Amino acid sequence: MNVLEIHNLCKSFGAVRVSRDICLSVAAHQCHALIGPNGAGKTTLIHQISGVLRPDAGQVLLDGHDITAQPIWRRAQAGLGRTFQITSVLPSFSVRENVALAAQAKAGSSMRFFAAASDEAALNRRAEAILARICLEDRADVLAADLSHGERRLLELGIALAGAPKFLLLDEPMAGLGRVESAMLIEILAVLRREIPMLLVEHDMDAIFRLADTVSVLVEGAVVARGTPDQVRADPAARAAYLGEGTVGDPVGGTLGGTA
Amino acid sequence: MVRDRAPIVAGTIFALLMVAPFGLGLIGQGYLTGLLMRAMLLAIAALALDLLVGQGGMVSFGHSAFVGLGAYALAIGLQAGIESLLLLTLIALAVSGLFALITGVLALRTSGVYFLMITLAFGQMTYFTLTSLAAYGGDDGLTLWSMATLLGTDVAQNAGQIYFVILVVMVAVWWLMHCISQSRFGRVLRGARDNPERAEVMGFSVFRYRLTAYVIAGMIAGLAGVLTAQQNEFVSPALATWQHSGDLLVILVIGGLGSRNGAILGAFFVVIVQDLLGAVMPEWRLIYGPLLVLVVLFAKGGLNRLLGPAQTGSVA
Repeated sequence: MNVLEIHNLCKSFGAVRVSRDICLSVAAHQCHALIGPNGAGKTTLIHQISGVLRPDAGQVLLDGHDITAQPIWRRAQAGLGRTFQITSVLPSFSVRENVALAAQAKAGSSMRFFAAASDEAALNRRAEAILARICLEDRADVLAADLSHGERRLLELGIALAGAPKFLLLDEPMAGLGRVESAMLIEILAVLRREIPMLLVEHDMDAIFRLADTVSVLVEGAVVARGTPDQVRADPAARAAYLGEGTVGDPVGGTLGGTA
Repeated sequence: MVRDRAPIVAGTIFALLMVAPFGLGLIGQGYLTGLLMRAMLLAIAALALDLLVGQGGMVSFGHSAFVGLGAYALAIGLQAGIESLLLLTLIALAVSGLFALITGVLALRTSGVYFLMITLAFGQMTYFTLTSLAAYGGDDGLTLWSMATLLGTDVAQNAGQIYFVILVVMVAVWWLMHCISQSRFGRVLRGARDNPERAEVMGFSVFRYRLTAYVIAGMIAGLAGVLTAQQNEFVSPALATWQHSGDLLVILVIGGLGSRNGAILGAFFVVIVQDLLGAVMPEWRLIYGPLLVLVVLFAKGGLNRLLGPAQTGSVA
């Protein structure tokens, strides 16, 4: 059973066709990676899945339900979690409160005006569990604004997880991370991908090969190749499109890993 | 975590206000209690506005429209022969809440400076509507010859103990806002102020939470209007002018945004400084203006910050 299905998605900005008849599906326990050169339309696709943009044509199904016309918050309620390419957290909230607020979205009505939210043990426990998972438990009381870039990337993932998503959209989670931080995040995601199916947009080839079960290559809004990471690495069309001319004849191996 | 000192500061202010009328007995009670009542009435409206501006990040420039609506609801109800203050208050809450709901649905499609302009427009609309009510005094306003009664008594009138009625309402509104700020609802509202896109992706309809806050704030400002009319024994469209809305914003900035005590301190500061300066020199605005600039520049966090340790933003 596919958790996420995308059927014939099309989107144009004026004369520019940023999504051309994209079809994509991700099954349970799978990590599907989306790669492609800058401007290929990766983030536009993510925006259409999460609801920031409305596609001109096509469908997005989550768990078999059509969510194409639903607003962002309803998709989130339906179980779609996402992280942003540019870090997006609540800067004046503590780390714990960032995660607790996300948990609150899935724990009954938030139209409650009297009881103090910070005293709700269930929310706090959930937040602590998530923070332990992303190795931020020591930073629970720090304001998100005071975190390092790497910590904020982790918190971003924690916020997405706190909503107990059925599916995760990860838009370049490694962007701007150092080697050590990247390795740590990859380890966290490696465990996570067997619990929550995910669509991973990423430039970091180490991450792709470590995490992805399947890969789609997006070029100028169209999927030009798909398969396992090794198949895609060997695919001449994908190599030509992704790396540009001149590298097609190169021996398969290192070079793809060197781009990003 | 730093212990929150806000309830202690608030308790002290409330206790002082409680004994003030007795202490002021010898030195021109009428004038001074009048001053305190004016400050408390402003504080109630400012507490409501702080839910929007401080908690929600929605800078409304039309908040006094709700004060005007509440006051006119009382006046028109009295003219129609309704005498029960409770019933008149319910009517005023319904009127201001409904107006907030309708204008909020439209205004909350925007944010930032556009929200400010559209709330200003609704405020002006209200003001000019009130000036056109010829049957109720038009431009000149309307003197109220008989006042509303609370459970058949004159307790909530100038002849009775309206000072304490206003004080009790202010304490209740402070407490309500304190609860809301710590509640689930308040947390969502602050989250949406910090980062609306994030709040939406978490699964919150930012619009619904903001609209709810807008209606609550409108109703409480309406309540302030009822008490203002009851205390002044007079209503006029001037209650709903944009200058009055601006005063409420000044109060919040001087007192400290996002803190209930700030709204109260700011209201007292503005009323007392305006009155004192006004009494000393006719050109008092020459001093008042620069004074505001200095407070904004050098007392970040407002008067409230001077009385308590810097709170973490999330507790605000």
